[in-house]
Amino acid sequence: MSVALEIRNLHVSVENKPILKGVNLTVRQGEVHALMGPNGSGKSTLAYTLMGHPEYEVTAGQIIFDGHDLLEMEADERSKLGMFLAFQYPVAIPGVTLANFIRQSINAHRKAKNEHDSGMPIPEFRRFLKEKMDMLDMDHNFAGRYLNDGFSGGEKKRAEILQMAALEPRIAVLDETDSGLDIDALRIVSEGVNRLYGPDLGVLVITHYQRILNYIKPQHVHIMLNGQIAESGGPDMALHLEEHGYDWLREKQGESAE
Amino acid sequence: MMAQTRTSTFPLTRDDVIALSERLGEPEWMREKRLAAWELAEATAMPTTSDEPWRRTSIARLKWNQMFHLQAPNGVSISDVPDALYRPLIGEEQGGLLVFVNGKLVKRELNPALAAQGVIFTDMASALHDHAALVQKHFMNEAVPVGTDKFSALHGAMWTHGTFLYVPANVHVELPLHSVEYAPGHMTTATHILAILEPGASATYLHESASPETDDLSLHLGAIELLVRQDADLRFVRLQNWDQGLYNFEHQRGRIGRGGRLDWVAGEMGTRLSKVFTTLELDEDDAWGRISGLYFYNNQQHLDIDTQQNHHALRNTSDLLYKGALKDESRSVWQGMILVDPGAQQTDGYQVNRNLLLDRTARADSIPGLEIQADDVRCTHAAATGKVDETEIFYLMSRGIPRAEATRLIVKGFFDPVMQRIPFEEVRERLDQLVERKLLG
Repeated sequence: MSVALEIRNLHVSVENKPILKGVNLTVRQGEVHALMGPNGSGKSTLAYTLMGHPEYEVTAGQIIFDGHDLLEMEADERSKLGMFLAFQYPVAIPGVTLANFIRQSINAHRKAKNEHDSGMPIPEFRRFLKEKMDMLDMDHNFAGRYLNDGFSGGEKKRAEILQMAALEPRIAVLDETDSGLDIDALRIVSEGVNRLYGPDLGVLVITHYQRILNYIKPQHVHIMLNGQIAESGGPDMALHLEEHGYDWLREKQGESAE
Repeated sequence: MMAQTRTSTFPLTRDDVIALSERLGEPEWMREKRLAAWELAEATAMPTTSDEPWRRTSIARLKWNQMFHLQAPNGVSISDVPDALYRPLIGEEQGGLLVFVNGKLVKRELNPALAAQGVIFTDMASALHDHAALVQKHFMNEAVPVGTDKFSALHGAMWTHGTFLYVPANVHVELPLHSVEYAPGHMTTATHILAILEPGASATYLHESASPETDDLSLHLGAIELLVRQDADLRFVRLQNWDQGLYNFEHQRGRIGRGGRLDWVAGEMGTRLSKVFTTLELDEDDAWGRISGLYFYNNQQHLDIDTQQNHHALRNTSDLLYKGALKDESRSVWQGMILVDPGAQQTDGYQVNRNLLLDRTARADSIPGLEIQADDVRCTHAAATGKVDETEIFYLMSRGIPRAEATRLIVKGFFDPVMQRIPFEEVRERLDQLVERKLLG
């Protein structure tokens, strides 16, 4: 049976300011959803909240994943359950190499499944990592560089997808993975995601622009406005937005509020 | 004179000095030197917090009597020293090895090929007899003169043991030289390191100090003198992991001649309180010096490092980087100074201190300083102290890494740039283990 991420009536505040005001959304394994919306509508807040960022305070609602209450879990436990967030702004950690970081992550996941696991043997890990890097057209030297330290925008996003490939999540949230990418990098990153996509992976693509959706094809498109999902529909809706912007939705939301 | 004797409050007597000198079977000149140092120490008041270098480190309430024990416990031997401390540093070979236990020499080895080239690597007591002229010429004259302060004077009076390294001109010592001092118990020791690299010589030398954890109070008064002549090249690594009952006062100074290079790495992990003066003297044109330090303090440990990079000639380069992590109620003080003499043009001076506070109760003071009297120079300094970044922790945790492990990765990453400057894998691993232990403890 496919696993679902269910977001129910989610309210979230940041520094006591309400940002999300009742979000409802379900993403199942094997589905691709796009979440669009203007700046400040709450898209990234949703992404961070799903992963358990401590600065985002859930004031009401639930997040259920595979029958677990995610709100009771720390970020590392959510990851081990199969959640993944590709960060909009990946964090630089000088002194920790990309390879070491990925190996520690994989080993933490293995240990969660089997507490006696002693980690992936290093030769196996090297082969594994090279294979995944080739898939993303990444120079192998990258593995020895400090995590996101001095990486270009495109390199950071590729490194995020590399981590996703290594951890094989069940639900992945891509937070503006397209931002700051030129067309070649966008294609490579998107192809990487598409190769990972299958019946065991559900994807929530958070984006500002329609263009990434030319590569990663969603079955469902949702539009967030003012902390709520204002509209849901099929792939055509993204094209409609590209042409008409968000104003028609704002008007519609305004009318329903009156 | 009598009044000053009383205010010095340090329990070393003239008879102690004479007894020490006799026990070591020293030549007359050294005994005279000790006695002169003792008189100077007596005449010099203990520093107080109104002295600039001591403003952040108070020693007014230290009970010198309780930590002063000149007699070694009997029966010490090399079997007391943990094997890990004197394992070869690379492969199976080392150039030379000296091991001291409570100041007593228990092992001395030097690769015969090096000895044949005139390399001297021996304990200081032997050097006094076998290489008297060399020792007499350099001992506490050029780098750490007896009169530097109260503690250099006390060191001159009561130094207990040490190592003497001499590399003749144009001799290259490829295999590392290694000395270890291990001090179980609560004996007072005063280690003296004197290294001389003649013109064109090169060597790599590691000196380690350690003692098993104890609550007993003890005292160490150290001096390190590194003389790097024209075009000579010394890589010096010092790891300090004394127990947390030990109080350490130490002067360390490297002098670098024309075109010489001194690459110095310092790891400070132990002691209850440590006050260290570390100085680079770039004496002649085109000298190059680098100091890379790391410290990880915990509990109530207190570390105070005073560094100076003194530029006296043309086209000198000095580069200093200290990275520290502080846990529990520990505290560090780093006060750095880059000094550029008039006429020391085209100086390139750099100093950075970064601290990571792992607990709210830990504290780090960072005071960089520049004093520049030449106009064509480039000097840069930076200091920063902060907590472990929660954004970094969250990023690591979002990949499944538990919080404690994430902190560990960040701390080790923080130290990595200094670790990479340590020339031996074995030493890096050893330091790494000390870092791990501090993180867990």
